[in-house]
This record gives sequence, C-alpha cells and structure tokens, in this order.
Amino acid sequence: MISNDLNIFLILFSAMVVNNILLMRFIALCSFFGISNSLKTSMGMGMAVVFVMLMATAVSWPVYHFILVPLNLVYLRTAAFILTIATFVQLEEMFIRRMFPPLYRALGIYLPLIVVNCAVLAAAFLCIDYKLDFGRSIVYTAGVSFGYFIAIVMFAAIREVVDHAPVPALFKGHPIAFITASLMSLAFLGFKGMFGL
Amino acid sequence: MSVLIREVVTPFLALGLLGSGFAVLLSVCYRFLSVKGDPKLDLFMSILPGANCGACGFAGCLGFAESLTREGAEPTGCLAGGSAVAARLAEAMGISMEAQAELVAFVACRAGRKAAKKKYIYDGVDNCQAASLLFGGDKECDYGCIGLGSCVRVCPFDAIGINEEGLAVVDREKCRSCRKCVKACPRQLISMAPKNQTVLVACRNLDKGKRAREVCSIACIACRICEKNCPAKAITVVNNLAVIDYNLCTRCGICVEKCPQKCILLLPAGKADRQEEVASAAPVAA
Repeated sequence: MISNDLNIFLILFSAMVVNNILLMRFIALCSFFGISNSLKTSMGMGMAVVFVMLMATAVSWPVYHFILVPLNLVYLRTAAFILTIATFVQLEEMFIRRMFPPLYRALGIYLPLIVVNCAVLAAAFLCIDYKLDFGRSIVYTAGVSFGYFIAIVMFAAIREVVDHAPVPALFKGHPIAFITASLMSLAFLGFKGMFGL
Repeated sequence: MSVLIREVVTPFLALGLLGSGFAVLLSVCYRFLSVKGDPKLDLFMSILPGANCGACGFAGCLGFAESLTREGAEPTGCLAGGSAVAARLAEAMGISMEAQAELVAFVACRAGRKAAKKKYIYDGVDNCQAASLLFGGDKECDYGCIGLGSCVRVCPFDAIGINEEGLAVVDREKCRSCRKCVKACPRQLISMAPKNQTVLVACRNLDKGKRAREVCSIACIACRICEKNCPAKAITVVNNLAVIDYNLCTRCGICVEKCPQKCILLLPAGKADRQEEVASAAPVAA
C-alpha cells in the first residue's frame, strides 16, 4: 500500500509499473485505444499527459488541502478538481503556444483532449486517497504519467506491427486491439506483489 | 441558520469564488499570452483541403499555409487540392497563375484472378512490399498488381479500392493527385495521367511476347498493331510495352479495338467512368 512512509523510488515504481494506470487499473482506456494507431501520435499524447498530469496534481493538491478541507467541502472535490484541471490546461495551452511554438505544434492537438482524460483526475484523486504529502504526490503523479506514456507507446508499437499481419476478418480493427491490450495487461500482472506493493 | 450557511452558502461561495478566480486568471493571462496569428494564415487554411496528406512536402496543411505567407511562395504546391485550390490561393495571395492540367492516378494492370496465372498461394504479411520480396510476388507476371492494397492504405482521400478480382482500382473522381500511391506501389504500376485521358494501356509487362502470353491472357505482347493503326502516331512500343503519348493522343479508340490482347482500355468519360470503376471496387480495411 502506498503511504508517506514509503521510499519515493518505490512510490514511483509502484505507480509506473506495478499499478500501471492503463494496464492494471483500466483507467483512461478511451485515449489508450483512440490515439494509439501510430507511434508518433501516441508519443505526442504520452508527453502531453505527463505534462498535464504533473501540473494538475500540483494545482489540485493545494486546492484540496487549503480550500476544501478547512471549509469542510470535501464532497465537492470532483467538481472543484475538474474546474481546476480544465482551467490549468487552458492556461498551459496559452503559455506553450506563446513561449514554445515547436512544443505547441507537437502537443497542440492533444492538450484540449486531455481536459477530459480520466487518468488526470484519477491521479489527483489517488494522491488524496493515499493521504500523500505534496512532494510524494508529485512523485506519485510522475510515476502514473510515465506509466501511461510507457503503456501507450508500447501498445502503439505493437498495433503498428499487427496492422500488417493477416488478422482474420472477425478480429480486424478494435477486437484485435482489445486482445493485444489484455495480453499486455496479463504481462504486467507479473509485477503484482513486487516489494509488497 | 448556521446549518444553512454551512451546507448551502459556503459551498456556493467556495466553488463560485474558485470559478470566478480562475476565470479572471484566464482572461488576464489571455491578455498577456495570446498569440496574434497572421490573418492570412487562417484564410489559407480555410482554402486548403485539410487532409494533411503531406504531398506538398510540408508536415501538413498548416506547414504549407505558413510557407505561403512568406515572400515568393508558389500557390500550386497543393497537389491534393489541384487547380481549383491553387486558383483560390492565388486569388487570396493577390497574384495570377496559369491553369494546369488535372492529373489522376491510374493502375496499369487489369489482370485479375482469371487472366493472370499464379505462381504460389501467398499467405503472409498483408502488404505488397512483403509479397513482392517473396519470389517476386504470387503472380507469374513480375509486373502485375499484387492486390494486397499498399496503395489503398496510403491514400488520404479513400480513392483507391481493391475490387473482387484482387486488383487496385482508382476512383477517378475522388483522386486528388497527391501521388502517395505512386510511391507506395512496389511495382511502379501507378502513374499519373491527365483526367481527360480516357485511353490507357493497362499493362506494364516488359516480357517478350511469348513469355507475356504465358503468364497472362491480357498482357501487352508488343505486337505493334496499335502502333501501326494509330492515326495520330501517339503510340510507340518501347521495351516490349505499348506507351501512349498523352499530348498526341486524340482518344479516338482505334487502338482499343485493334488490340488483340485487349490490354488497352477505353474508359467512359465523365461521371459514367466513375461508376464503372467503383462498381467493382470495395474498400479494403486499413
């Protein structure tokens, strides 16, 4: 179980591999299947998720601990977090567009998509549920987002090869993608229980 | 009263203030961070097809539109949009341009399951490149269409299909001459021809007559009958294959009648042509 007593490397490893957000928790599967047709776009999406997720946790953690908890409004956290995340994604989009045009061209299309990505909200919630302090929340979120990146890039690489294989008509397209994903998930099951995580 | 404040007023105020705070933050930041786009860029983007096919040599339509904002840019770069888009771009840029002939892709093989003999039964990786590496493809003819749809997959406009004969067929109405299929075909079977060119040689076989006849019942056998009969002297047999000079051809159709192998096609002109081509072409799952 993840807690504040845990070594930060173990937190990172647990979030990234053992409890991989896509393959073990089955969160954010919409983008996992939607944007994994080619390696290039999946890398763009993965990078954008890493970026947004870190920012989202960095903002939603203070909102929870300094606004919602003192006012006894913990039950409003879903609404408050969605508001926060949507605002900061917009802000980041503007900022990147102005300051780093090449990065904007690479991530541009994916940033608005991530506003509705459940993994971002999930990471923010999990940090709260595990009662992590701010530093460890950021480490945990980094792990979650790297896990997302690794999983979607591996999946896209496999799908690119599967596209050229003579798949039976019955399984063409999404069915074979689901089978691929479930096999990857089984493989990741091998990490379960490592270091008692 | 205190319950009312605690359960209703505080949440409303908290979320309301949070939301308004963010709204103010966003509008202030927008003031400092907004990027003033070139108004011409949006105009060019609205004219371009937006398929991001990359035939212009840029990363996508946006890249090409950016290049147009610079000095001395050519409005004809968009192959997919053709002359219509080029004309509108030239108008938007305030320069004049001459009209160009519209080109469409043509797959020079009509030898389906009945006509072409097979060397072996192919059951492997589903693309033409892989099949052509294995003993030069599954057809006896080393020049024919393999029909695994490598061209279909690269077409950004859904203009190529594989028909039930296992041949790639171009929808001449949908083709926007981006030339992606020309590059994708491992046999160099696809070439660009003017859209009004209705007489086309549907063969690329360079074998001598006897060998060509053995591998395919509708291959060009280099008999030179078309060359002798052409009133416009538009056909020449080069390297055992009839070649039409599109500038000299009058589309009279005499060669089509005379060809003993029926490997010269006369496509019906205009809309009817499209139906003929598409009726048998089913799209391949990419």
